[in-house]
Amino acid sequence: MSVNDKDHEKEKRKIKSDKQMKDIMTTYYIDAKTAEETGKKVAWITSGGPVEPLIAMDVIPVYPENHGAMIGASKMGVDLCEKAEEMGYSTDLCSYAMADIACAMVNGGPIGGLPKPDILVCSTNICGTVLKWYEVQARYFNVPLFILDTPFCHTEFTEEARDYVRKQFDEYARFLETACGKPFDYDRLQAVGKCSLEGQRLWQAVLDTCTYKPAPMSAFDAFFHLALIVTLRGKQATVDYYKALLAEMNQRIDDQISAVPNECIRLLWDNIPVWYRTRWLSDKFASFGACLVADTYTSAWCAATKYIDESNFLDSMAESYTRIYLNIGVDEMAKSVLQMIDKYNVDGFVMHSNRSCKPYSLGQYDIQKIVQKERGIPTLMLEADMVDERKFSESQIETRIDAFMEIF
Amino acid sequence: MTDKISDFLKPFQEAVQDPGAYARAWKEKHQKSVVGFFCSYAPEEILLAADVLPFRILGSRKQISLADAHLQAYSCSLVRGALEDALSGDLDFLSGTVFPHTCDSIMRLSDMWRMNLELDFHLDVVLPVKLNQQNAREYLVDVLKKFRSDLSTAMQIDMSDDQIKASTILMNRIRSRLNELYKLKLRQPGLLSGSDLNTIVKASMFMDRRDVSNLLESFLEFFKNNEETEPKDGKRLLMAGGLCSMPDIFDIIESSGGVVVGDDFCTGARYASGQIDTANEIMTAIADRYAERIVCPAKHSGINSRGDHVVRLAKEKKAAGVIFLYLKFCDPHAFDYPYMHEMLEKEGIPSMVFEVEDQLPSEGQFKTRCEAFIEML
Repeated sequence: MSVNDKDHEKEKRKIKSDKQMKDIMTTYYIDAKTAEETGKKVAWITSGGPVEPLIAMDVIPVYPENHGAMIGASKMGVDLCEKAEEMGYSTDLCSYAMADIACAMVNGGPIGGLPKPDILVCSTNICGTVLKWYEVQARYFNVPLFILDTPFCHTEFTEEARDYVRKQFDEYARFLETACGKPFDYDRLQAVGKCSLEGQRLWQAVLDTCTYKPAPMSAFDAFFHLALIVTLRGKQATVDYYKALLAEMNQRIDDQISAVPNECIRLLWDNIPVWYRTRWLSDKFASFGACLVADTYTSAWCAATKYIDESNFLDSMAESYTRIYLNIGVDEMAKSVLQMIDKYNVDGFVMHSNRSCKPYSLGQYDIQKIVQKERGIPTLMLEADMVDERKFSESQIETRIDAFMEIF
Repeated sequence: MTDKISDFLKPFQEAVQDPGAYARAWKEKHQKSVVGFFCSYAPEEILLAADVLPFRILGSRKQISLADAHLQAYSCSLVRGALEDALSGDLDFLSGTVFPHTCDSIMRLSDMWRMNLELDFHLDVVLPVKLNQQNAREYLVDVLKKFRSDLSTAMQIDMSDDQIKASTILMNRIRSRLNELYKLKLRQPGLLSGSDLNTIVKASMFMDRRDVSNLLESFLEFFKNNEETEPKDGKRLLMAGGLCSMPDIFDIIESSGGVVVGDDFCTGARYASGQIDTANEIMTAIADRYAERIVCPAKHSGINSRGDHVVRLAKEKKAAGVIFLYLKFCDPHAFDYPYMHEMLEKEGIPSMVFEVEDQLPSEGQFKTRCEAFIEML
């Protein structure tokens, strides 16, 4: 193949919607950073946090975790984590938190720091670390903190938990009324909820295109396109974008354009990405004809649709925000993994043992055993960290991947 | 005098030497169940009402090998050690286990414990993380009621309000006596070493509670009338942090020129904090204590709750400095340290932090840092 042919190949395989995605995110961050001038309130919210009420109250949601991913991708994680260590934080703490806490002090990161929050919204449905992290930021910024305490569902979602979480949504409404100086708009919430659900269904549909063999996009593409459903869930722009992305994926299926040329091995990825090495990992697996066709991380933002009652979004938020992937027992997660293996026709399972995330990583060994027992497919464990490159050993990872791919 | 103290300490020290052996012997003698629990938020009052021996599970003294198949190395030595003990059969005297919701590591350990062990029962008590809202209080009562019901089913017994009230009175007594012991040590720092006090508190978390209550009563009764004091020089230090299942730490501090005048440990003063008002409806009264007692960093009762408490404690005990200790890989404690250090600095109280592995292999390191810190005070 000539150089021109190679470029043409690459061009063909590039996802066209990428550019539009970047534009939407840029506009979003600009809006957030100029909120003070436009008189809008800014809320920092956790990735599993209930964003729809914020949208309904015209509060701009900002996601330190999404910013953490950007910091990782820009390879600025090590520097910021070291700064946090100088501040007295242990090196073993979550690198999203470390990077964000340091960033707030020095206005670091790839966009010159996040805009100051007017309020903080923390949901514990993803972990207990966010509670501590947001306490730190509440002290630092001296702003009100709302905590949505979503009881962990080891084996069940109890009526007591449903009741508790539902009551907290009333607390949240009061909290927002105080912060915004206006009554909570329940009608708007219902409308935003509908839009949110539509966005989530579209995101699921986008991910579902990867059941096709060969997959039109990979998990690494999904990691990138995920940002909208996380940060701007409930907005029309998100719905419009995913409609376009879905159309592009379907077109790629029609045109036989796959993420990995000559896809011969289909893999499932588990845990948060290694943000500073997504390109490297993608190329590495692709060099073996392997495509990561699905992952447990990006699917977490559409898996709760089954708990949402479109006609009563507010009440059903208690369940849809509590029964998320990281807030359920390890055996429940394993069931979900087995379902994904079947749905996406997966040949192997790649697990990122992410030092920063205990709820996601502790239990992986048990899930790995269950997968081996129930499906008999090869599994690979990669030890690293999502943002702190000091905890990534390229030679070790490379050796492991090479050995794993040899099995196929 | 020292002989008398030794006599009093003996039952506690013997128990702490081998808690498992103690539990097995108790089980054999009483023909009743031993139920394991984690953490100081486990509702012991309700457990006791089921007429069992509540046995707090702390880290193992073993080398980790079996637990490696389930838990990465970046989890704390409490969860790894506990799982190691369980998988190797060392905890097979347990009928069941109670897991209150506290931190992420305990949360996942509960899943692994339930999935890999074959005990008679496994109860998760999914307590709220938030403690300072009315909705959380209501949920807390609901969860305790559910625990009572689940435990009754698991043990196939009935639990009356009166039984729970009786257990509560016993736990109140134990906590009150432990606090008296702390006060005694404050008045006479030389009477009881930090290590001894720690031993007593630890033993109280797994020994027969009636025995504990009586032993403490005798101890206090005796020393109430014996105001002999062994003066102890040394820089007054407050200890704060997570689990402290190593008595050695206290010995090191005391041999480095410090004297421990108080603590805010999970396996120390926090365990003994708060009385339950048995005049109220019992389940609500118990809930009130768990909501209002000195908070653990895995729970939220306010932005500065723990910092305020440690500062107040340091001033009250006239501490010259504070030593923070927490297990390596303990996230909640690690997040709290910087701001508490800052709050103390503002009050002119220096503090240092030391990350501990449960077996303290870095003993030399700790001693060196301790000496340097104490010298600086």
